[in-house]
Amino acid sequence: MTEYRLGIDVGGTNTDAVILDNATLEVIAAVKSPTTQQTSDGVLASIDQVLEAAQIDASRIRFAMIGTTHATNAILERRGLGRVGVIRLAAPATTAVPPLEGWPDDLKRAIGGRGAVVAGGFEVDGRTIADIDEQEIREACRRMRGQVDAVAVVGVFSPVDASQEQRAGEIVTEELGVPVSLSAEIGSIGLLERENATILNASLMQTLRSMADGLRQALSERGISAHMFFGQNDGTLMEVDYALRYPVLTIGGGPTNSIRGAAHLSGLRDGIVVDVGGTTTDIGMLVDGFPRQSSESFKLGGVRTNFRMPDILSIALGGGTVVRESDDGIRLGPDSVGYRLLQEALSFGGDTLTATDVALASGLATIDSASDVSLSADLVAASGRAIRALLEDAVDQMKLSAAPVPVILVGGGGIIVGDELSGVSSIVKPPNLGAANAVGVALGDIAGEVEKIVAGGASREAMRATASAEAVERAVEAGADPKTVETTSIEELPVSYMEGESVRIVARAVGRLRS
Amino acid sequence: MPRTMITVDDIDDIAIGATVLGTGGGGDPHVGALIAKRLIGMYGAVTLMPVEELTAEDFVLPVGMIGAPSVSVERIMAESELVRVIELAERATGRKPTAVMPIEVGGGNSMVPIAAAALTGLPLVDADAMGRAFPESQMVSFHLAGYKPGATVMVDHHGNEVMMTPVTGPWSERLARAITTEMGGSATMIDYMFGGDIVREAAIPGTLTLAKRIGQLLSGRGAERTDAALLEVLTDELGAFHLFDGKVVDLERGFDAGFTRGKAMLDGIGAWKGSQYELRFQNEMLLALRDGQLSAVTPDLICILDAATAHPITTETLRYGNRISVVGIPADERWRTDIGIETAGPRYFGFDVDWQPVEQLSAQSRSASTDRSAS
Repeated sequence: MTEYRLGIDVGGTNTDAVILDNATLEVIAAVKSPTTQQTSDGVLASIDQVLEAAQIDASRIRFAMIGTTHATNAILERRGLGRVGVIRLAAPATTAVPPLEGWPDDLKRAIGGRGAVVAGGFEVDGRTIADIDEQEIREACRRMRGQVDAVAVVGVFSPVDASQEQRAGEIVTEELGVPVSLSAEIGSIGLLERENATILNASLMQTLRSMADGLRQALSERGISAHMFFGQNDGTLMEVDYALRYPVLTIGGGPTNSIRGAAHLSGLRDGIVVDVGGTTTDIGMLVDGFPRQSSESFKLGGVRTNFRMPDILSIALGGGTVVRESDDGIRLGPDSVGYRLLQEALSFGGDTLTATDVALASGLATIDSASDVSLSADLVAASGRAIRALLEDAVDQMKLSAAPVPVILVGGGGIIVGDELSGVSSIVKPPNLGAANAVGVALGDIAGEVEKIVAGGASREAMRATASAEAVERAVEAGADPKTVETTSIEELPVSYMEGESVRIVARAVGRLRS
Repeated sequence: MPRTMITVDDIDDIAIGATVLGTGGGGDPHVGALIAKRLIGMYGAVTLMPVEELTAEDFVLPVGMIGAPSVSVERIMAESELVRVIELAERATGRKPTAVMPIEVGGGNSMVPIAAAALTGLPLVDADAMGRAFPESQMVSFHLAGYKPGATVMVDHHGNEVMMTPVTGPWSERLARAITTEMGGSATMIDYMFGGDIVREAAIPGTLTLAKRIGQLLSGRGAERTDAALLEVLTDELGAFHLFDGKVVDLERGFDAGFTRGKAMLDGIGAWKGSQYELRFQNEMLLALRDGQLSAVTPDLICILDAATAHPITTETLRYGNRISVVGIPADERWRTDIGIETAGPRYFGFDVDWQPVEQLSAQSRSASTDRSAS
């Protein structure tokens, strides 16, 4: 009996829903509807539409995957965030930069911002800076009582040794009974970035819980008893219970899901995804089915975190890009008529020459509502060459070698791209492109990652094995099928200036969704 | 004459400029910038003092951190360390400080003395002893001018205090490195404390102003020609050379004798398509080869910037696939002397090449490309 997956992408503007065959992952139906104030209303509407379009029995939906910008928007808009208390285990170290230093004032106000730096923490080589003082932690909790909805516990070098954070977390639970977020579970080395991410995570716990409750109810009202997942920023899935503990991991799923969806819709695991919008083109690199990650630290709502986001190259070229003739030849943009394309472009009765007009005049595309515009053949050819050169240069910058790679074209502005680009083996325009995000989140891989600093003297091989095993364990905890989980990468980075070869090891494991 | 002040608004610019001058090393100034902003917020703006105003009566403390950048971003310093290290310097020398300065303008050490100046109310001398970042503590202009480190003080977060008098710069490096390891991989330190006359003679002037200017340019401010690419504005202003654009296609990063050593291979993009570039580093970028030919080498500065944003990248965050621009900046003339080359030239770092000025190498490389395209 055929079973299905439901993929839902709740964006700021639109909610997309798709139904995939659970075994073949083939797209059965895809729909788009506006996102509503009460998320669950929009989700209900899109579920109804997609069930209607797919003509399937709702009870056959085995899995429901949700990708959402809800958490990101809550932080950006400083809305619906929980009040957070911060307990940093670090004194006497780190007092030069207290918790929440450098945060935007409005965000600090939104989360209350009560912090304490208490005794604790580890040195890089595993010695303690200080033992934790249970009484001191209890007193810090009492000062927060009634004023916090969740607590972030952050210890120096907790990615090396999480024992103090765990004990402190137990004490907080005893004293306050509110949810606790431990930094060792959230991020890697880099105290402030990890602390910031942990605080944001704690502040989102209630936000995601109410959304998850709404979604669960929406699903059950339609007779869907599916196992529910949330998509996370690295393109993999988390079980709802896991997502409720780590809600901050839902941020940044958008570009990731788009690249993953493009991969699936095109059937490619390696290539370059070119997403052409009205104003910009975003180019991401697909490596073995996943987006290549960026090295830059990611700022969320004005706060520096250590999340890794897909490496996206954005260039000012889209369907609405303004085309000008000058003495030096054709100039493209960087300005665009954007969403006013249907009013301002020549082909739609306006008086601005845009990349879309060039595409229409050169016969690359036809649009029903467009009128014919007479452009000189030279102008069309020169503009076409300029657009092509810009894209070729950008694609070349993302490529890792000179060998030609396939380009997967998505996005509404894609018509401005011709049928060939040099350095590109083929240009793939898969069906259901508009639903790439919802398809992306419905794809079933599950990952776990762990970071360790290996102090001098310890066996590197043994620590690599430990890190690898813990990454596998973390993937299984997140919902992966233990039989398919494999360690996909172990990265080593030395900690300079330290004697005895201290090394930072990052292990990552990925497996298929446990069915 | 009205003094230039450093306010909270200047810190991010100086931090960006310091990262450029850090040539990939020197650590990320982010934590230091937060400390500096916090202390300026609490105690007021910092007075920037030109070296010309120093006299023999002045006593200048170069305040900085020593240790692993990856430790200092995790086990951040205690609030008391700056106060204690300055008190200790006073006790060790019996002299009252009248100003502070950076020992190293590149990377995180650009920020620590700003924080110290805010805290103590002392003016900050617009100079440093490297004009960039270097991995070892004897690689300072005071050493080149024949001065010894003298009384050297170190403190940590536990309250440990160390006073020592190393006989030479290299001895200071050995002793301080061992103590830093015991202190947990990062410590606050003052060495090369001198009277204002010696700082005037031996420090590299104007480097904090330079860092701020670089930061302003790369943030897209301070340039009259807004249409020019940021990188071009930067190279014009600094008399620097745009050496290469490429993407990282291979990266080896190893650990050796307490440093991050390695190399990155780049494949040319844009105007450099078809060329290969090799970068060698020991915390800082030290040597660059284009198609096997020397392109730039220490002590000249080899800066790596994001090719899209022109923002600086450190060797710690460099990754496979990064698209970067390489810019060469001629080092201060003091480094281009016999003792300068002996102290921080290619052979000190184990490279079997002679130093050649980046301006000369860049001109050779350009004429070679012209020959090739002409034939």
